[in-house]
Amino acid sequence: MEKTQNNRAWFLVLPVLVVVAFSAVIPLMTVVNYSVNDTFGNNQFFWAGLEWFEEMVTSSRLHEALLRQILFSAIILAIEVPLGIFIALNMPKGGFWASLCLILMALPLLIPFNVVGTIWQIFGRVDIGLLGHTLAALGIDYNYTNDPLDAWITVVVMDVWHWTSLVALLCYAGLQSIPQAYYQAAKIDQASRWAVFRYIELPKMKGVLLIAVLLRFMDSFMIYTEPFVVTGGGPGNATTFLSIDLVKMAVGQFDLGPAAAFSIMYFLVILLVSWVFYTVMTNMDRSQSDIPEAL
Amino acid sequence: MTLELQQVSRTVGGRVHIHPTSLTLEHGTMNVLLGPTLSGKTTLMRLMAGLDMPSTGRIRWDGRDVTGVRVQDRGVAMVYQQFINYPGLSVYENIASPLRILGTRAEEIDRRVRATAEMMRLTPMLERKPLELSGGQQQRCALARALVKGAGLVLLDEPLANLDYKLREELRVEIPRIFEASGAIFVYATTEPEEALLLGGNTATLWEGRVTQFGPTPQVYRQPADMVTARVFSDPPMNFVSCIKEGHRITFGEGEGTGDRAVVPADGVFAALPDGRQVAGFRANHLKLGRHSDQAVEFSCRLDVTEITGSETFLHLLHGQDRWVGLVEGVHDLPPGQQVSVWLDPAHVYIFAPGGRLAAPAAYAASERERAA
Amino acid sequence: MAKITLRNLAHSYLPHPKSEKDFALKEMDHVWQDGGAYALLGSSGCGKTTLLNIISGLVRPSQGRVLFGDTDVTDAPTAARNIAQVFQFPVVYDTMTVRDNLAFPLRNLGKDAGYIAQRVDAIARMIGMEESLGRKAQGLTADAKQKISLGRGMVREDVNAILFDEPLTVIDPLMKWELRTQLKSLHRQFGHTMIYVTHDQTEALTFADKVVVMYDGRVVQMGTPEELFERPAHVFVGYFIGSPGMNLFDARIEGNRAHLAGGAVDLGAAYDPLGGHTQIGIRPEHAVLTAETGLPVRILRVEDVGRHRLVRAELDGQPLNVVAPEGMAIGADLTHVSFAPQKISVYADDWRVAARNEASAGGRAA
Repeated sequence: MEKTQNNRAWFLVLPVLVVVAFSAVIPLMTVVNYSVNDTFGNNQFFWAGLEWFEEMVTSSRLHEALLRQILFSAIILAIEVPLGIFIALNMPKGGFWASLCLILMALPLLIPFNVVGTIWQIFGRVDIGLLGHTLAALGIDYNYTNDPLDAWITVVVMDVWHWTSLVALLCYAGLQSIPQAYYQAAKIDQASRWAVFRYIELPKMKGVLLIAVLLRFMDSFMIYTEPFVVTGGGPGNATTFLSIDLVKMAVGQFDLGPAAAFSIMYFLVILLVSWVFYTVMTNMDRSQSDIPEAL
Repeated sequence: MTLELQQVSRTVGGRVHIHPTSLTLEHGTMNVLLGPTLSGKTTLMRLMAGLDMPSTGRIRWDGRDVTGVRVQDRGVAMVYQQFINYPGLSVYENIASPLRILGTRAEEIDRRVRATAEMMRLTPMLERKPLELSGGQQQRCALARALVKGAGLVLLDEPLANLDYKLREELRVEIPRIFEASGAIFVYATTEPEEALLLGGNTATLWEGRVTQFGPTPQVYRQPADMVTARVFSDPPMNFVSCIKEGHRITFGEGEGTGDRAVVPADGVFAALPDGRQVAGFRANHLKLGRHSDQAVEFSCRLDVTEITGSETFLHLLHGQDRWVGLVEGVHDLPPGQQVSVWLDPAHVYIFAPGGRLAAPAAYAASERERAA
Repeated sequence: MAKITLRNLAHSYLPHPKSEKDFALKEMDHVWQDGGAYALLGSSGCGKTTLLNIISGLVRPSQGRVLFGDTDVTDAPTAARNIAQVFQFPVVYDTMTVRDNLAFPLRNLGKDAGYIAQRVDAIARMIGMEESLGRKAQGLTADAKQKISLGRGMVREDVNAILFDEPLTVIDPLMKWELRTQLKSLHRQFGHTMIYVTHDQTEALTFADKVVVMYDGRVVQMGTPEELFERPAHVFVGYFIGSPGMNLFDARIEGNRAHLAGGAVDLGAAYDPLGGHTQIGIRPEHAVLTAETGLPVRILRVEDVGRHRLVRAELDGQPLNVVAPEGMAIGADLTHVSFAPQKISVYADDWRVAARNEASAGGRAA
């Protein structure tokens, strides 16, 4: 859509360009630079070409981390999205209880990531943690520091605790925008509860659900702080996700070249997935508004 | 102030929303944009306001080109179908808000707010919040906000559409009065012919992004330039029947039976028509159930439905393939499905050429115009 | 299909209503005939929507019973009432095709596929949407969507009643004509009991056999369009029906004459002596401007509204509207107004009073 023409407007964009250049473009270029060079410090660089990329593409360490990452994202999406919808459907529609619910739901979202990690790290400890201790008292053999499965369960449950609220709140907002007349019409048409969900609630939530899935996917694909605080990527490499692996490689081993190549591929994957989501979403909007409401 | 649109058009993503349009709106006039939903009324208003840029053409105020000027710098006011007020501010503050933005002095604001509120009959409600008001009062508050800054151009986009019928009737009487007091150019979009007639002033009829006619409202109503204009400016819809002119006579209708067709002499306004097939149009209220004049001709129609309004009856008729609506005085509860005779005076008939242009105006409209002149 | 009985019905949105003014709907007793077309007419806040919601089961009345036929449905939920409803804004299932939308209520009832297909085709033909049966409902125009809502309302043959809640609000004037006549012929064809809520007198009068005029939570008159127009039972009905509404003047009634504006008007019939605030009402359509007969008026403005002229005048300082025929010249010689005697209504304390020889038709509503 065209707007009023005024070339002075470009000057107003300049500060943003400068900030973006310093905050994103220049650091990114540094990473690109690292990814095609070899360095031992002292600002000495040796041209390496695509060597690091080849190494990373074939690295089994990276493959394992990627698989773990995909599995993790898939699991938390499979739990958080249906659970979030379910919670949203059962939240009160208005009044005191609705406000209370909203506040309680928002709480986990307000806690800093490393604090969430610390909470669960302590919560799950068998010696002093409420959860770990209770489970042990019930005779369940639970120890997230030794058992890979327990570690996974802990990390997944922690993420579900932390982020399901976001999905639920977004869905709740979507549900609130459905006019009462739709529910009434469904009652009059004698529709079942499932039909109301399938034909009224789900279509109206589609937009916010896509945003929720996109946010949760990107976030879980980049997850670092919480599992790092709880398990440190262990036991072994059991909970070493991509970003944890990346940090180990870059900071722990100082393999800047491979780490840079890794970062770039990581970045491209997320960009690709986000683009796919964006395209799907805009296409959906277009089909929704192929007849404008008013010219 | 004069607002001039010169060959203004707007195309969005390959779709034409407004075809090249030229209009001149004079200082202190009421201008109605009449057309169905999606005919381009809102687009045209947004172009006038400067909310959208025209794809081609220029917009001039008093000869000054304002095509690229921002809406904030143009001095326009706009009122929408939805009652848009600041919910948190009192009516007084709502009306004062445009002046506060302009940085008007406090005494001046107070004077103008009170004067405008008086004109809009809002004085007793100045301290209340908009949501505590009735729909009609809320819309009057929005109108007051539009008027208070003394904008030269006031755009009203179906401002009464969300109001109850009776409130609408009251505000329709008030708006011309407010308009006369303000002296601005008013542009008023509506889908209803009746509203255009009640507001008076000038009317531009719109159809599929084109202004089909622009002129004094009663003139556009009685002398529509083409079939499209006649249809847009008729409620109930205008009735049409094909007709053939041969020499000194015109035949309305096609069938063979009695009452299917009617023959009238081609005199008066019809005399100058070329021979051949054309389309005749007439309004619902000119069909009568009895022979009401010496010239009136009879048509036999099948009655589909009758609708009674209390003092009048709408007859939904089928004449051959044509659907007609008749609006007759009195209550006529006729059984559906039966044949009825309706009468039409040829003086009330418009003839349209095959392309839709008006070929001969209805004789009654032409004579009325002479009398007015 | 069923007749609808409202017995001692009243509703308040407050838990413990104290006085009458706490009631959104004041006590009423009505029987609506099976197969009738009824319109509930009134301005916003008059209680018409509350009444509709009570009938549809969305609101449970604070007192009284609602009967469909002989069945008491006061406590029955909406789904159990077997009714259909068309809303102000089109309610369609966006992700379904037009066909699935129409079939939806029947599928919910578990009807067999053959019957559903045949029924959907019949309805699609009636609402003129056979062409678009396979299309997604999303992206259709507002009036097409509203037609679907209408069709969904008609698809079940055995509904007790079809309720309409201002269904033509979003429809263009030209399309309104089409939908209204369609509704009317559907009613004639199937004889469903129909209840139509609106603030638009034209819609109410043209749709209904019986119009129920509501004002301040009360039914002020129920009657045919003609009764409402000719003999409004309450000054509100006089004002609300007709465009513009009835002219009302304070007058002193003596026998068959009304005294006002320093003159007298013949009422065409004699009235018993009346107490309270007395007025006469005359429709703008029944007032005639004359050169010297009648009461003196001052003409303020003449509006050309197309098929007639609207004369805004003043009678003894009070506004007077007169409807004059299209093309009539309104000259300076017209200085008086005369009223058709048999068209004048007399009001005492806002309610219509019958003349001595008049049967009590159109009298005070219950």
